[in-house]
Amino acid sequence: MDLNLDAPHSMGTTIIGVTYDGGVVLGADSRTSTGMYVANRASDKITQLTDNVYLCRSGSAADSQIVSDYVRYFLQQHTIQLGQPATVKVAANLIRLLSYNNKNMLQTGLIVGGWDKYEGGKIYGVPLGGTILEQPFAIGGSGSSYLYGFFDQAWREGMSKDEAEKLVVKAVSLAIARDGASGGVVRTVIINSEGVTRNFYPGDTLPLWHEELEPQNSLLDTLSLNSPEPMST
Amino acid sequence: MSKAVVDLPPKGGFSFDLCRRNEMLISKGVHPPSFRKTGTTIVGLVFKDGVILGADTRATEGPIVCDKNCEKIHYIAPNIYCCGAGTAADTEAVTDMVSSQLQLHRYHTGRESRVITALTLLKSHLFSYQGYVSAALVLGGVDITGPHLHTIYPHGSTDTLPFATMGSGSLAAMAVFESKFREGLTREEGIELVCEAICSGIFNDLGSGSNVDVCVITKGHKEYLRNHQMPNPRTYVSSKGYTFPKGLTEVLTTKITPLKEKVEVIEGNDAMEE
Repeated sequence: MDLNLDAPHSMGTTIIGVTYDGGVVLGADSRTSTGMYVANRASDKITQLTDNVYLCRSGSAADSQIVSDYVRYFLQQHTIQLGQPATVKVAANLIRLLSYNNKNMLQTGLIVGGWDKYEGGKIYGVPLGGTILEQPFAIGGSGSSYLYGFFDQAWREGMSKDEAEKLVVKAVSLAIARDGASGGVVRTVIINSEGVTRNFYPGDTLPLWHEELEPQNSLLDTLSLNSPEPMST
Repeated sequence: MSKAVVDLPPKGGFSFDLCRRNEMLISKGVHPPSFRKTGTTIVGLVFKDGVILGADTRATEGPIVCDKNCEKIHYIAPNIYCCGAGTAADTEAVTDMVSSQLQLHRYHTGRESRVITALTLLKSHLFSYQGYVSAALVLGGVDITGPHLHTIYPHGSTDTLPFATMGSGSLAAMAVFESKFREGLTREEGIELVCEAICSGIFNDLGSGSNVDVCVITKGHKEYLRNHQMPNPRTYVSSKGYTFPKGLTEVLTTKITPLKEKVEVIEGNDAMEE
């Protein structure tokens, strides 16, 4: 199988953003792949735009890094000119403008999340093409395909901070189990009025799902016991 | 084909005008010349006092080894070095360019260059050429903020890691690092691990070979260990040497062309005037 090490760096990825009562929780896996090779197994896909707004990146690694660098720069200027912290809506709009106006050349799916004093915790999804959509929760990346049903069932309004973070970690680990392009560790960022908390969940602390568990009722168990008498007519 | 009424001045970045012509030529069977690539194994790791960079020394032109002892660890600043994999011309040119830009920047600011400055200059250049500048780099150095190690891919994405490998031999070298790397290595342990990783690339990857170059960068000090290990010496050298006595090769024809002087030098002329 050709590994294709010349392929552009892409972050197969699972990224999630969830609002809760008082703020937002952002979560992501940590795998960056070049073709079939994992170029970075511990990457940080949740990048800071301002003190109170963070961005989850998916798609082409180069494109998403450049977009986040530009928007961070624009937001720094905007904050100076405004005289107060930028709102999440402004950050999301800047992301959307870059994504939409360069839609032919960029390949990035982004989730903007943060907290400001006017609207509280907000999540904005900016998928391929440059749409902007304000959502109570957003999922993105190749691993998100496996999470639509899960979120329909598990998400509800008005969760607490711990419930929301547990939900995000569970969701990312489920996607990692099923999606080959997602893996490594789970990183979460919680943003609320008090500030920002970064958490790190190494791969071995994540729960195992279904086929990853020890085989039960395996034929190997019968071989270890005395072999049964063969049937005789 | 109709042209625009006003000829716009050429903007920066890659000009894609000739791509259709190139595709047409390839479909007709005319192939462009193959580039000189550094197949390569390049590595970097962060140790207790700084960073260590390592590289092999083989440069290939298709299946032929065109340079058995080339230098892949490029100078960027007195405290920053960069290993390059991919097309040799691209890695040389881009590292030289950023090195000059950083020197001008140092004159302007009066301060030691920072690794993140080199990183931003390299990544913006590579991104604007959309991956066509085929340079995959491992950038390492120690500045006022501490030791740093970054990888830069041809499309312009970067990663910051405690240990990194790039090039065709990167899988072999990464296998060594993943099993033996730990935080807080000493200088000797670090150099030994880097050499082991490069040797793994040299012996298991066809695009890498010959010798091991190592560069150790610490706060205020750097050591470029060129050919630190030479695990591929040329054995079986004939002690008698090779001689070719006259008359061994048959002469078929002889043609002698005397060179005549056609230039007349006139002494003592005035300087040129309008």
